[in-house]
Formats: sequence, C-alpha cells, structure tokens
Amino acid sequence: MKELTFPEALNEAIREEMARDSTVFVQGEDVGPYGGGYYPALKGLWATFGGERVRDFPISETALVGTALGAAMTGMRPIVDIMFADFSFVCFDQIVNQIANMRYMSGGKAKVPIVVRGVIGGGQRLASQHSHSLEALFVQFPGLVVVTPSCPRTAKGLLKSAIRNDNPVIFLEHKMLYSAKGPVPEGRDFTLPLGKAQIGGEGTELTIVAHAYMTQVAMKAVDQLKHDGISAEVVDLLTLSPLDNETVLRSVRKTGRVLAVQEAPPMCGMAAEVVALIAEKLGMSLRAAPRRVTAKQSPIPFSPKLEDYVLPSVTDIVEAARGMVRGE
Amino acid sequence: MLRTRPLITEKDVLQAVHAGRDVLEVTGDPIVTPAAGASLREHGIRLAVRGDATLVEGESSSPSLGNFSSTLLLEMYSTMWRIRVFEEAVSVLFREGRIIGFAHVSIGQEAVATGACLALGPKDYSTASHRGPGPIAARGARLDLMMAELYGKATGYCRGKGGSVHLADFERGILGANGIVGAGIVIAAGAALSAKMRKSGEVALAFFGDGAVNQGAFHEGLNIAAVWKLPAIFVCENNQYAVSMAAEQATGGGSIVARAAAYGMPGVQVDGQDVLAVYAAVRAAAERARAGGDPTLIECRTYRFHGHWEGEATDLRRREEIAEWEARCPIIRLGTRLLEAKIARQEQLDALRQKALEEMAAAIRFAESSPEPAPQEALEGVLLPL
Repeated sequence: MKELTFPEALNEAIREEMARDSTVFVQGEDVGPYGGGYYPALKGLWATFGGERVRDFPISETALVGTALGAAMTGMRPIVDIMFADFSFVCFDQIVNQIANMRYMSGGKAKVPIVVRGVIGGGQRLASQHSHSLEALFVQFPGLVVVTPSCPRTAKGLLKSAIRNDNPVIFLEHKMLYSAKGPVPEGRDFTLPLGKAQIGGEGTELTIVAHAYMTQVAMKAVDQLKHDGISAEVVDLLTLSPLDNETVLRSVRKTGRVLAVQEAPPMCGMAAEVVALIAEKLGMSLRAAPRRVTAKQSPIPFSPKLEDYVLPSVTDIVEAARGMVRGE
Repeated sequence: MLRTRPLITEKDVLQAVHAGRDVLEVTGDPIVTPAAGASLREHGIRLAVRGDATLVEGESSSPSLGNFSSTLLLEMYSTMWRIRVFEEAVSVLFREGRIIGFAHVSIGQEAVATGACLALGPKDYSTASHRGPGPIAARGARLDLMMAELYGKATGYCRGKGGSVHLADFERGILGANGIVGAGIVIAAGAALSAKMRKSGEVALAFFGDGAVNQGAFHEGLNIAAVWKLPAIFVCENNQYAVSMAAEQATGGGSIVARAAAYGMPGVQVDGQDVLAVYAAVRAAAERARAGGDPTLIECRTYRFHGHWEGEATDLRRREEIAEWEARCPIIRLGTRLLEAKIARQEQLDALRQKALEEMAAAIRFAESSPEPAPQEALEGVLLPL
C-alpha cells in the first residue's frame, strides 16, 4: 500500500493504462501542459506521452465527445476529460443519443470503448452551473456504465477497469474528493471490478447506501452513531449502472433497515432507486420504513450559508439514522 | 440568395488570360457559367474564391467523360439505379404499411451519394444523415440486409434495433445513418482523427443536409478538422429544404460553401445532379486528405423529388420547382451522356437497371420471408459483459 491523493490515483491509472495500450489517449480542455482544468489529475501526462496522445481540445464539447465516439468505433480507446460534468449538458446529444445507443442501435456490432470523466457535486461555492450531482441522469440510459469512485483506491482501481472495458463508461469524480488522501495497493495489475459495490464499517442495525463523496460523509456518520451505540454499515455503490443489487440486498437483509443517501435533490435519484429496490424485494421483512437523505429541492446556491443548508450533512444522516433505529 | 453571388463569365476568364494570371480571384460564392468553366480549364486557370481570410477553390461545370474509365462510369450508373429502385420500393412499401416507422428517401439525390462513395476506398469511413439508404447503398451495402432492417426483421443490418435512420455496416466502414441532424459530422471527424493517429491512410466522409449547417456539430466538426488537419471530407447534400424550411431562409451569409473559408479549408460547390462532378470533387478532397492536407467542405446542390418523409401530409414546395428538378434527373443525365459518347448502348443501360430491379425484388423477398426478432432479443446488445 502507498498513500496517494485522489488526483494522484487517477493520474496513475491513466498513466499506467496509456503505457500498457498505445490506443488509449486523452482529450479535453486544458489537459496538456496545464495538467487538467480546475481539477488537475493529469499533471505530467503531456510531458510523458506528448500532444498526440494527450490532446488539448478547444472549448467545443460536442466535437470533444463526438470525435471520441468516432475514434472509439474505429480502433482507439479515448478518455474524454469534460472537466465539470455540468458541461456534459452542452453535448448531451453525443453522450446520450449517440454513445449510449450506438452499440444497441447497430444490433450489437459497434464497439464503443470510451471513458468520459467529469467532476460532479457541490461544496465548493461554485453555484448551480458547476455543482450538479447529475449521475442519476446518466443512469437512465442502459447503454452507459456509470461509475462514481469514493476514495483514491476506488478511483484508481475503477478507472483502470473503465479504460480496459469495451463499454462506454461515464466516470464521475466528486470535487470534494480531490483533497482526499488514502491507501492504494501497489502494482500495475491492481484493478477493481465494475458493477460491484463494497461495504464499509460492518454494522448490524442499519445499512446506509451512498456513493461518491456521500460515502465519506456517511462513514463519518457511522463513527458518530457508534458513540450512540448504533451499529451501521455503508454500502458504497461505486458503479451506479448496472447497479449491484445483490450487495445492497445482502446488507439490508442483515440489518433490516436502509437509509439511502445522495447529494442530488430528492426526486428520481439513486436514493429513490435504492428505496424502491428494498421496498420491492424486502418490504415486508424490514424493521423500519426506508428513508432517504438528499439535498433539498433546490438548485445549488453560491453563498456558503445557503449551500450548506441545501446539501446533505453528517448531522442529517445521524439524525435520520437515530430516528430509524430508535424510533425517534 | 443567388442574386448576391458574383457571376463569373467567359469574359472574366479571358481578362485573366490577357493579364497573364493563372488564378482568377473573386470574393464571395461565385456562379460560374458553363462557358467560363470551359475557358478556365482550357487556359489552365484556377478559380480562387476569397472569403474573409482564405481561399475557397471552386469547381464548376461537368468534368469530361474522358477522365473516367467506362467501368467506373457504368458502376456510377448502376449504383444510382440501385438506390433509385430501392427507395422507390421503400416509398411504395411504406404506403402499403409494410415498412414501419420512418422512411426518408433521397430520390433525385442519387448522384451525390454515388459520386462521393465511389470516390472512397473500401477501408474509408462514412456517416450519413437520417436520409440514410442512398449513402449506405452507394458504399456497396447489401440491399437485402437494408430492406430487412426497414422491415424490423432479425436479419436486418441492425437486427431490427435501428431501423431506417440508424442503418450501419461497420464492415464497410459505414458508421451509421443518424437520427439527429448534424451529429454524424463530429463522429466522422473522430474517425478521421483515429485514422490520423493510427497512420492508416484512411479518410472519413460525413454526409449531411442543408439543415445541418446551422447546428453546432457542423461548426465544431469543421473547426476541429481544420485545426488538426484531419483527413475528413464534409459533403453537404443541399437538397434546398430542411423539412419545410428553405435553405436560403436558414443560412446566414447566403451560402453553405462559403463557410469553408471561415475554417480555412477548401470549399467546393458542385452540381449535385452531376455524378461526375461530385466524384471529381470528392476524389480531389480524398487525395488531399490522404496526403496530409486540409479537410474539404463540398456543397452539392441537389433536390429531393419526394417530400421530407414518405408519410408527409404537406409539401409546401412549388409544383413547378419540383418539375424543374425532376427534369434534371441525375440518372437520365448520365445515361444520356453515356449513350451520346457511345460508351454504352441502350441495352447495356437497360440491363443494369434490370439488375438493380432484380436485386431490389430479392431484397423484398428476403425481408418478407425473414423472421421477426424474438421479443427477448430486445435485451441483447445493450452492454458487453463487464
């Protein structure tokens, strides 16, 4: 194990995969000598691999993603850096109508090995247009794999798997994780499987289902709950689509309670999906009604007082958990 | 729109000859008279159209038959018939309710697809608009698999998952027709990027209509192809109407080809009813692209004899206008030239048409007799195993 920051882990994943496979290349805005936009995960890649494989792109998202699709269908393995995931709205046609459907519409003949990386989430006082938690939108399209790492280890392991995978992968990195530091296994062969959730905290009374930065928030809540004598565990979804139903169900079968957490506003999100899954499969055997902790029904505001009010917090999770376990 | 374009006459060409120049420069998007076109070639003078910053090379009247082998000329003729009879069948079958969903045909535009696709090599890439059958058949795709797809059968090119606006044949480098106007332009630019990175010598060609040139994807695709010198060819099938909107009402600057100048790439406007002119323009563009030169925008002025789609209830176009263009049928035009030049006899031409008809009839039989997909096949091909 070695200690890496979140962007260092991403950087290593891309660097190793580019060295391993000459068809892998990166394109995006400011990915060259600048090292990658506001969230620099690409430091030094341009110096190592040159401008042919680390391609600075104009601010032109439709072409950025569309050319990656054309390249992916003809023998290359592009990694698109879209910077803020909010910019994907500019090229949603290419991501959703084109990339997500291409393999299916061609009767399974097209191969679309492409990774689109984007930074999601609030917490950094960037206001509505740079703070969306838009992952559930992508989950609506079955032709996409949607991945949200939660720490340096999962960032590296999952990104490497995403690059090697022949499906299009939307890889969403929460901006609050960029300052995270943590252990990452040594060696170029370390990968983590797509489509698998993981469990943290090993608890018996409550399952908290979360993803991305909310996994970290939920782990803090688990620590606080311990002081209250409540034993909770966190299912970190990691891959949002296809969803690892089994791991979620296994945990909730054990604990009998599920609290689904997401940073996005409440309607039609991952938390609603998890609650629906549990209601359908385990509804009659639960020890408490399922609950959700989400952002409030609002765009993300700028001012710290406002943003902190809208986003879900450790306290929100702790209070919801106490209510479920103690009936408060 | 046409009134604002400069007119180049034979007199202009002769003036350039007398001045000892080998380039005739004009500003804007010129109309070249046939006599001026002949004179340009006779005196070896290049027409250079000056936009704001760059030169747009103009190609005007039809190339001489002598520039083409008789094999190629007959292939052009037969390819245009393959498209025509296929799409005429589609039109009838749609009205009979045997083809479902969408049916957009390009009857009248066959010279554009044919000239462009025959100028490509077998490993080159192409994308097409929603009006897909012509540009896809022109690359040699199988009519039976196309027809089966239009019927929604399991044997279709896309196993019944795509239908008419998503026809694709990856083995032939056909990266798909597309249901979203302009989307294929950036996809083709990406195939060109891939070809360049792999140093494969392939080029990528995007077909799109006049309705696509105001989409962001058009501008973004041309821009990235220009700044990265991608081996890309952008072929606008300007059939004058985007559903009901006339191109002249939709196109700022008054001309599609003039937009090439903005991206510093050669722009060529050709008579889209002349398969030879289209072929020559695409051939030159492909050679330039393969040699590492600039991408090219080619505007082919053409017309669809049918409405926007086969289920259309309203066609706002003037009957006289439709009749004028029907008189400029690209197939009859090439056939007449071949007969006049004694390159082919009428029986030969009839036989080529007959062959296309037989292929089409076999395609319908294949589609009719093919099995429907099993419902659960709907869930296949969504994702590869993780």
